[in-house]
Amino acid sequence: MTDSSRLRAQGLRLAYGDVPVLDGLDLDVTDGEITAIVGPNGCGKSTLLRALSRLLRPQAGQVLLDGRLIHQTPTRQVARALGLLPQSPVAPEGLTVADLVMRGRQPHQAWFRQWGADDEDVVAEALEWTGMLDLADRPVDTLSGGQRQRAWISMALAQGTDLLLLDEPTTFLDLAHQLDVLDLVGRLHRERGRTVVMVLHDLNLAARYAHRLVAMRDGRIVASGPPAEILTPELVEDVFGVRALVVTDPAAGTPLVVPLAGPAAQAAERGAEQLSPKVH
Amino acid sequence: MTTTPDAPAATTTGAAGTTTLARRRVPHAGLAPVRVGRVSGLVRLRAVLVGLLGLAGLCAAAVAGIGHGDYPMHPADVVDVLFGGGTKMDRYVVFDLRLPRVLTGALVGLALGLAGALTQTVARNALASPDVLGVTQGASVGAVAVVVLGGAGAAVSVPVAALLGALAAAVAVYALAWRRGVHGHRFILIGLAVGEVLSGLVSYLLVRAEIVDAAKATIWLNGSLSNRDWSSVRPLALSLCVLVPLALATSFPTRALQFGDDTARGLGVRLQRAQLVVLLAAVGLAAAATAAAGPIGFVAFLTPQVALRLVGGPKPPPLVSAVLGACLLVTADLVARTLTPHELPAGLVTAAVGAPYLLWLLTRTRRTS
Repeated sequence: MTDSSRLRAQGLRLAYGDVPVLDGLDLDVTDGEITAIVGPNGCGKSTLLRALSRLLRPQAGQVLLDGRLIHQTPTRQVARALGLLPQSPVAPEGLTVADLVMRGRQPHQAWFRQWGADDEDVVAEALEWTGMLDLADRPVDTLSGGQRQRAWISMALAQGTDLLLLDEPTTFLDLAHQLDVLDLVGRLHRERGRTVVMVLHDLNLAARYAHRLVAMRDGRIVASGPPAEILTPELVEDVFGVRALVVTDPAAGTPLVVPLAGPAAQAAERGAEQLSPKVH
Repeated sequence: MTTTPDAPAATTTGAAGTTTLARRRVPHAGLAPVRVGRVSGLVRLRAVLVGLLGLAGLCAAAVAGIGHGDYPMHPADVVDVLFGGGTKMDRYVVFDLRLPRVLTGALVGLALGLAGALTQTVARNALASPDVLGVTQGASVGAVAVVVLGGAGAAVSVPVAALLGALAAAVAVYALAWRRGVHGHRFILIGLAVGEVLSGLVSYLLVRAEIVDAAKATIWLNGSLSNRDWSSVRPLALSLCVLVPLALATSFPTRALQFGDDTARGLGVRLQRAQLVVLLAAVGLAAAATAAAGPIGFVAFLTPQVALRLVGGPKPPPLVSAVLGACLLVTADLVARTLTPHELPAGLVTAAVGAPYLLWLLTRTRRTS
């Protein structure tokens, strides 16, 4: 795997209005890898993803897609190279799965060319590959959370982009469906050669599914690299402010973070109380 | 790394194992692909059916409308005259007296139905029709101002003043609602507020008007198709010749606008430009219609929602909405003329149908949420 990068951020400064989010950030997204951006709430990870996908214009610095400034590239052209799945996307009521996945072809269509034979091939194939073919005629709003996310990933697949940015694809899903969605993301990489950048909340799932972790805090990247190399108790404490053990996941062999909180922390506190004098 | 559709996909097919070399088909119930050369589209079969039924209804209402009046004509005679037969008297009654009225009604209804479908789609809200967005009230201010203040020596005619008023109101609403694009609720609330201000202005003009002028203005404000001749059909038909194709061509990106802003942009839609162009076309249509017939309430609001429920699918179908709008207004005008000995304005009939529908829609939460 070469370390080339089609998507780069250089000296990025992002803000919402006057509120700065991050400043001086550099990131090269390695081609053909799954990159997971992790960090506490409000650290700027979703904002970074929005800038990488051209939704947010940087106040300083630049995002380069294939060496071109992404904000000077036409939206349509960006949409043919880079797909985006926003956090909890909404579909209008009554929209069927097939309708949704068809919309993935939008950047390849025009008002006089709305449903070519190639569009139909790609959409049918995307539905089949994600296992949504049998649900194609179901309205999206009648599906379970996991199926819905599958439908959206199917749409992103039909868009036919090498790069795929996913903003918290597992939010609001139960454990089984989180794993289901991340397995699908893993297959996107393995079978379809997609480069994936996703924002994830769960550090352990990120360590299991991503080739590269980008750990952020307060609008800057604290560490970046393969999970086995960078995920240490010091990093977890530094990024999340949580004391933790990092052991080897007995199932996957990837790093597993065990936070020292809840009963573990209470036990530590009780130990401390017994040593101090009690006042009645 | 290419992403051709024939990349490895057979890995999931499992036991079935039927390696389909034939073209893959997307199972889309009720949709038919249409492909002619490089031109392609997907047609909703129910839209074709409803559209044809709407056209048939429009023709029936038009023939009945032409036949009705002080000089009644049998529908068969009307059709005969339309295809070149009949006496000189028949032809005079049909072509000079009654056809312009029915044609004005059909074109106004068509424009309003299409305009409503577009604004509701762009704002992603069933309440966002030109009635609600200040366009109608702007036209009213323009028209009433000319009638009341202008007198005989007015520099502009009533339709032109209505057109200018509608466009000015639309620009004001858009400018006030704009916040990196326009968004459903904010757009509607500002449209309502601007509309209220303009309605107040109309009341003020009526109060200080001469009684004769006030009566004339009130007739216009009720939205009527009576006494239309070819001079009101021609400018309307000409503006629709430009606006309808423009509206249909520019409405293509609205399919993606139904998703959130981020998703639409992610699909390569230039969001603000797409919204602005479609809204401009819709406002132009509504303004042209209001200039020709006065404010006809509820057609733009009602027909897209009826079309949506009849056809199904994720958004109001523009063409079917246009056909149903034409059918509704021509029918409403016929009802207005036959219901009572005194001729009612068509706008009253559409309001009588539309107001209960609005209440029903507001109390029914499923679609409006």
